[in-house]
Parts: sequence; structure tokens; C-alpha cells
Amino acid sequence: MSTTIPTSGRNGSRPLENDDLSTWKASLGDPSKQSQGLLSAAFIQETLAMTRRLFIQLQRRPSTLIAGIIQPLIWLVLFGALFQNVPAGLFGESSNYGQFLGAGIIVFTAFGGALNAGLPVMFDREFGFLNRFLVAPLASRYSIVVASAIFIAALSLVQTAAILALSAVLGAGFPNLPGLVLVLGIVMTLVLGVTALSLGLTFALPGHIELIAVIFVTNLPLLFSSTALVPLDFMPQWLQVVASLNPLTYAIEPIRYVYLHPDWTLGSVVLQAPFAGVTLGASLGVLVIFCGVALALIQPLLRRRMA
Amino acid sequence: MAAAVTIENLRKSYGSVTAIQDVSLTIQPGEIFGLLGPNGAGKTTTIRCLCTLAVPDSGRIELMGIPVLEQPQVARRYLGYIAQEVALDKVLTGRELLELQAAIYHMPKSVALGRIEQMLSLLDLQDWADQKTGIYSGGLKKRLDLALGLLHQPDVLVLDEPTVGLDIETRSAVWSFLRQLKAAGTTILITSHYLEEVDALADRVAIIDQGQVIAAGTPSDLKDKIGGDRITLRIREFTPDDEAAKAKAMLADLPFVQDVIVNPAQGNSLNLVVERQADALTAVQQSLAAAGLPVFGISQSRPSLDDVYLAATGRTLMDAELAAVGQRDLKQEKKQAMKGR
Repeated sequence: MSTTIPTSGRNGSRPLENDDLSTWKASLGDPSKQSQGLLSAAFIQETLAMTRRLFIQLQRRPSTLIAGIIQPLIWLVLFGALFQNVPAGLFGESSNYGQFLGAGIIVFTAFGGALNAGLPVMFDREFGFLNRFLVAPLASRYSIVVASAIFIAALSLVQTAAILALSAVLGAGFPNLPGLVLVLGIVMTLVLGVTALSLGLTFALPGHIELIAVIFVTNLPLLFSSTALVPLDFMPQWLQVVASLNPLTYAIEPIRYVYLHPDWTLGSVVLQAPFAGVTLGASLGVLVIFCGVALALIQPLLRRRMA
Repeated sequence: MAAAVTIENLRKSYGSVTAIQDVSLTIQPGEIFGLLGPNGAGKTTTIRCLCTLAVPDSGRIELMGIPVLEQPQVARRYLGYIAQEVALDKVLTGRELLELQAAIYHMPKSVALGRIEQMLSLLDLQDWADQKTGIYSGGLKKRLDLALGLLHQPDVLVLDEPTVGLDIETRSAVWSFLRQLKAAGTTILITSHYLEEVDALADRVAIIDQGQVIAAGTPSDLKDKIGGDRITLRIREFTPDDEAAKAKAMLADLPFVQDVIVNPAQGNSLNLVVERQADALTAVQQSLAAAGLPVFGISQSRPSLDDVYLAATGRTLMDAELAAVGQRDLKQEKKQAMKGR
């Protein structure tokens, strides 16, 4: 293998020059006057490039995808079997526990994926790869967040499809088409918000040990303090209050509702919280606000200059 | 002509550790500027601040006329940064990484395609472009790293220890590549703790020690300033202590000899600082012959940058390296750096 550096090239005796590049650089003009930021062409370009990297990684290392599909299905089967003999009627309107559980598993799976979104970025950071993004003139570092969110959302959609399919096989039925669209919308909103929080932590915490610790103490407690596994009226009063403040509940209940009610509307009451009845529309509102607040909260963290 | 980089009174501490105390330097357009100093002197912290990866506690940085601390976003467009450790995504191919790099600098596709081919051919990477970087050798990785850092043709290229851990062949290839870049007009800042590297490459150099610039100028100016020549003398391959002491006393009496140091680490070789004069070597040999002492080896040289460092700090760069090894808490430093501001 030769390590000499050739001196001839497309530009003849000027191997380092590149006329196209120079023209492009000159056309940039005064970069301080460029309109950059969210949704600019530059932002979309960098976001798609980062997303592409994540998909190439997945294609060449598909184990995450395979495990990611198998795991929620195991949850569905095992947890479903565990509570199979609970008398009908204890789980609200659901005819059996499997039907009740589907919505919880969909949301919890998407939530878990998004919560872990920061880990690969943290490894990039520790390894020094993230520095390439940090020293580049990114239109906004939100591109790092959005790229991860797109990737996790795509993964979650595949997982959701697998859960919906197995639930149907297990006798839970199937939401109608508008219901399916609603399910996908809920999953994507939740993924964007939680991915944002996870990446915020990645920029704020010193290393992957700390990040894993935070993920560890967040993941299961949020599952158990939501309506994923049991309905609200099954819980003691204090836990009902906690569950009504848990954003996961606002993702789970609408999905559960559209499973059972093909005639759903935005005004349908999907949750009897201790303070008031919550409509489907209000649930979606809570999710969108959660997502917006998460994105806004992490802004100062993304601006940090760190290595 | 306005300076390419101006750094003024930079100061940065991580917790209770002061990484740089007071660093000021000016880099002219088109020159290779060397930042020389032992490990832990503050070289990397200085360039982290310049490359918008860290915020100094105080001071001012300007790059191509842009205030870096106030407008990091604008400065990044002019800046190329090549870190000490090559960080690649081992699952991606070289070409895919170059495409990613082009996109985060917002190059139009048509421009990026040609530029990527150019960089691949320039760094002799074509045969490996479509292989995953996980299988690359150390030299290949460094070349891809250079291609990535240079893809957007930065006006100022910053390289942190560009040849640490590289084989000699790759090292000289990197050197000649940097010289070509300079010839094409790129301003280059390198840090190094290799004296020869800075001596061979840099037009100007700043020697940094314990977070402060202790000397700055062209390498030959710095060497001239401390004056005199160096004579390294070995009486025998391993000279006995008494013979070395005897020779030292005798040579110190010669009128043109300014200082004699016995170096026990090199088999009691004698290092003489002499006034620059044509017949110094002969005179030393004659007086040794008169005293009946043999000569195993003798050589005369101009002072090196290490002598400059020695004159400024009272210790050699090697001593400083060895002392720093015991003192640094690398884990702690890394932790502090990860915490950012």
C-alpha cells in the first residue's frame, strides 16, 4: 500500500484546487447573513444525512431491529398469559386482558426506544465522532434530535405493526383505518418528545454510565405509573393521581379507546382522571404540549460547547 | 494583511484545574504555526476553544476576522478540525462518511460528488472508499480523517497532534501533504510534542508550558536567540564517572566553552554549550588528546528547539513529559471536559 500523495488530478498541477467547490464557497457570500435555522434547506440536508447514517447502521447491524420486534411480542404473550384468568369486567370494557394490554405495549415499546435514542449519540460523543457535528456549521443542532426521532419513529412503526398483528391473532381485533392513523400519530408525537428529552440528557450528562442510570430509573417506573398494565380505577387513589400526570397515560388511553370504539370522535371521553374526564382531543393536546415543552427545554443544552 | 487567527489572553480552567492560564498568539494567513509543549501544557484546550468546542473563562479569539466566541456558527464555516484521535463510524464506508461530511457543510450534491472523488484520489483512498472503515489500517484511517477535515476546503486547518501513533511512512506522507496545503494557501495550526515535527514543518512556533506561552517566533530565531552551538562528546561508549568528571573540569576551562553538562542517561556523554566558532571541534579534540583521553564520538550542532525549551524552563521537554506522566489525572480531566463549561 502506497502512502505517497499523488500530485496530479482533475485540476492538473493544482491538485488541491476545485473550481466547483470554490464557486460554491464564493456563492455562500457572507455566512452571517444566511437564513439558517429550523426547516431551512440546510437543516433538511443535514438531518437527512444523519438519518441516512442511522439507517445504514441498522441495515448492516440488524440485530437491534430483530430484538426490537421480538421483545414487545414476548411482553404481549407473557404478560397477557399472566393475567389471562382475571375475571372479565375488571379491565374496563376490554373483553380480555390481551385486548387491554395491546395499547400499553405499543406505547411502552415506542417510549423505550425513544428513551434509549440518546445512547448511540452519547457513544459518538465519548468516541469523538460527535465532534464532527459540533465543529460543523449546522443550521441547528436540532437536526441531531430530529434525525434520531425519524429513525426511532420508523423503528416504532414497524414494532407497532408487529404488535397490532399479534394482538389481532390473539383475538384483540383491529382499530379501523382512521383509528390506525391516530395510533401512528400518537406514536410519532410521543417518540419525538421522548427522543428530545433523551438527547437533552445526552448533552447534559458526563457519560454513558450516567445516561444508562437515568434511563434505568425512568423506564419501568413510568410504565408502572401509567395505565399500560391496569386501568386507572384499579389503582389506589394516590397512584391514580400520578398516572393521570404521566404522559404515557395520554398516549395509551386514546389507542385503547379506538380499539374498542370504531365510532370514536375527538370529543369521546377516554380517561376518567381524578380531577376530570379527559376527552380524546384533550389527550392529543397533552401529548403535543409535552412534545413541544420537551423540545423547548433542551434548547440551551444543545447550544452547549463541549467535547 | 489581517491575521488569520488572533488569540488574546485566553484562560480556561476545568473545576480547580487551570488548563490554560494566559495564552496569546497570532497566526498569519498561509503559514504553518506550531504549538509545541509537553503533554498537559494546554495545547489541546487552546485549540478546543478556537474550534468552538469549549468556552474560555476569559479572553478573545478571532478567526478570519470573525469573533469566534460571539459568532461560533459563522466561524465554523472557515474552520477545519482534525482531532488527535481519529473517530470514524466503523460501520460506514469511507465514501459514506465523506457524503455525510459534505451534507453537514451543506455542499450541493453536484459539488460534493466531484470534491469527494478529488479528496479520495488526493489521499490515495480510491481502492478503499467502498470498504467499511472498521477494516482500515491506522494510516488509512488518518488519511480518511484528513480527507474529511479538508472536504469543505477550510481556510484555517487545525490539527491536534497530527502524527501521534502513526508509522514513519504515513508520518512523512502527512508532513508532505501539509506542506502542499500550505503552498495552496491554507493556514495551518498544528500542536505537537514532537520537536522534529514542529521544527520541520512550522514557519513559526509558540512554546507553551503550564498553560502559558513561554517563547514564540520562527524556529531559527528562537534557536539563534539562545545562541551558541552544542557539542556532544562521548569519550568512550560508556565513560566511567571519574573520567567524565575530569574531562568536564578540563573542558570547562576552555575560553569558548560556556557550559558542560554530563548526561548519565547517555553513558556519561558530555554536552557542551560553546560560542559559535569554526575550530571549536578541533580545539576540544586537541585538549582531550593532550590529556590522554580517547574520543568515541563527537558532533557539533546548532541548538534545537529542545534547547530553547530548556533555556526557558530549566528542564528538557523529555523531563517535562516524564514529570507530567505522574502528575496528570487523565480520568479527572476527561470528566471535567465532558462536563463542558
